[in-house]
Amino acid sequence: MDDFLLRGLLAGIGLALVTGPLGCVIVWRRMAYFGDTLSHSALLGVALGFLTGIGTQTGIVLVCLAIALALTLLQEQRRLGSDTLLGIISHSTLSLGMIALAVLGSVRVDLLSYLFGDILAVGDADLYAIWGGGAFVLALLAWIWRPLLALTVDEDLARVEGVPVRRVRLGFTLMIAIIIALAMKIVGILLVTALLIIPAAAARRFAKGPEGMAVLSALIGVGAVAMGLGASLQVDVPTGPAIVAAAAALFLASQAVPARG
Amino acid sequence: MTAPPLLEARNISLTRGDRAVLDNVSLSVGAGEIVTLIGPNGAGKTSLVKLCLGLLKPDKGTIARAPGLNIGYMPQRLSVDVTLPMPVARFLSLWSRSTRAEMACVLEEVGAAHAIDRAIQTLSGGELQRVLLARALLRKPDLLVLDEPVQAVDVHGQIELFELIGAIRNRRGCGVLLVSHDLHLVMARTDTVICLNRHVCCHGKPEDVSRHPEYVALFGRHADALAIYHHSHDHSHADDGCVVPAGQEHTAHSDHQGCGHDHHHHGHEHAHGGHRHG
Repeated sequence: MDDFLLRGLLAGIGLALVTGPLGCVIVWRRMAYFGDTLSHSALLGVALGFLTGIGTQTGIVLVCLAIALALTLLQEQRRLGSDTLLGIISHSTLSLGMIALAVLGSVRVDLLSYLFGDILAVGDADLYAIWGGGAFVLALLAWIWRPLLALTVDEDLARVEGVPVRRVRLGFTLMIAIIIALAMKIVGILLVTALLIIPAAAARRFAKGPEGMAVLSALIGVGAVAMGLGASLQVDVPTGPAIVAAAAALFLASQAVPARG
Repeated sequence: MTAPPLLEARNISLTRGDRAVLDNVSLSVGAGEIVTLIGPNGAGKTSLVKLCLGLLKPDKGTIARAPGLNIGYMPQRLSVDVTLPMPVARFLSLWSRSTRAEMACVLEEVGAAHAIDRAIQTLSGGELQRVLLARALLRKPDLLVLDEPVQAVDVHGQIELFELIGAIRNRRGCGVLLVSHDLHLVMARTDTVICLNRHVCCHGKPEDVSRHPEYVALFGRHADALAIYHHSHDHSHADDGCVVPAGQEHTAHSDHQGCGHDHHHHGHEHAHGGHRHG
């Protein structure tokens, strides 16, 4: 296998192993659109990274956290519904990001690769970042898993039982931000959410417990990465969309399997 | 009682915007005591519970808890998203590190042993309440706080649940703070009733409260059902309390809340008779 293929495959697998469990929590907490909004704001992070020289991935994490914080504050005002707020932030940050990148015209920016990813351009440094960052996110997720589940089941109950609700939520948001920064290279910011929620949704029907669903979701994600990469080699199509299409195919297949008793 | 109370709220006031939610409310719960908070919707019952649990801070007044007080809280409802696969055993283990044997034991105590491996979303209203009670009990609480524990449970199931709560108090000696918008069913098993409508209308023994003019004014003609209830209750539970599976009648009767509220006594008799024939 060619080097760039192997690197792409390893990067995709590393990412899918993390987006599987994390995506389950997003699905359980009904936060798919929240993830979408954060990932759209990532383009603004790219611009920030260029502008300040702190690097695109740090820029993305910072912008995502800032957006999540702003969203929390806006939601507490209760003047507009969450979906409206998310829609406003999602599209305005995406537009602002594109404008910022255009203004920074001197920097050569391949916009398409940010939007849809370029898995075959993954370098050694990217690979280390994905596996290192991924391991960090998984460790953090394992650490707050129980309180996070408690919070997901019932927030008031969790608070009564002494779960530090705000800190757990902040940790969860941080994990999403990091994953978006890592996944941009693989599937692009427009498709990150797909890698989070589709494998989780496909795993749901076969899972009896939350942990089982998380593991299954990771495996389905790995399968989608392998299938998408393979398909894009066979018929020369963009790899990021091919991975998402493969995940969607696995989801459809999961719905077709007859339900167990 | 000479022992200090487990929980004591003194002269609590709470305002939301310019609206007074609670005005100069006091209550205390001692070990082994069942205190019931009743009042119409919007009376501030849930706010008072949240204050007692420490989820809200009062604008005025103090809340004192016994040192190291362990509270077992049973929420009004729980709606776990259907996307989250959650068997009852896993749900219980989220809150306390208990072995499966301990969980089975507590579920047995509340009459929900059969539910241990079922998905929590598939439980009936009564079964879910029992599981939530089991969850609270697994914490080995000194004080049980039960917020509308019989919502979405038909009259027959309500009686069983109140029986159960009384039995748990007797066995474990814990204090119980019970919230209900319901009247007579609750009051029969209660030591102290606090009738709340933003302020404390009246409080005391159930018999005394039921004769209090403010209570009568608040609840009108329902108020006199208490005495009648005492009789029919003892009789019926001994008769077929453990024969009827709690889950079965809930669905059939859960839509009749308005009717049940008006004629609890009669509703109960009907359910009872119907079961015998069926």
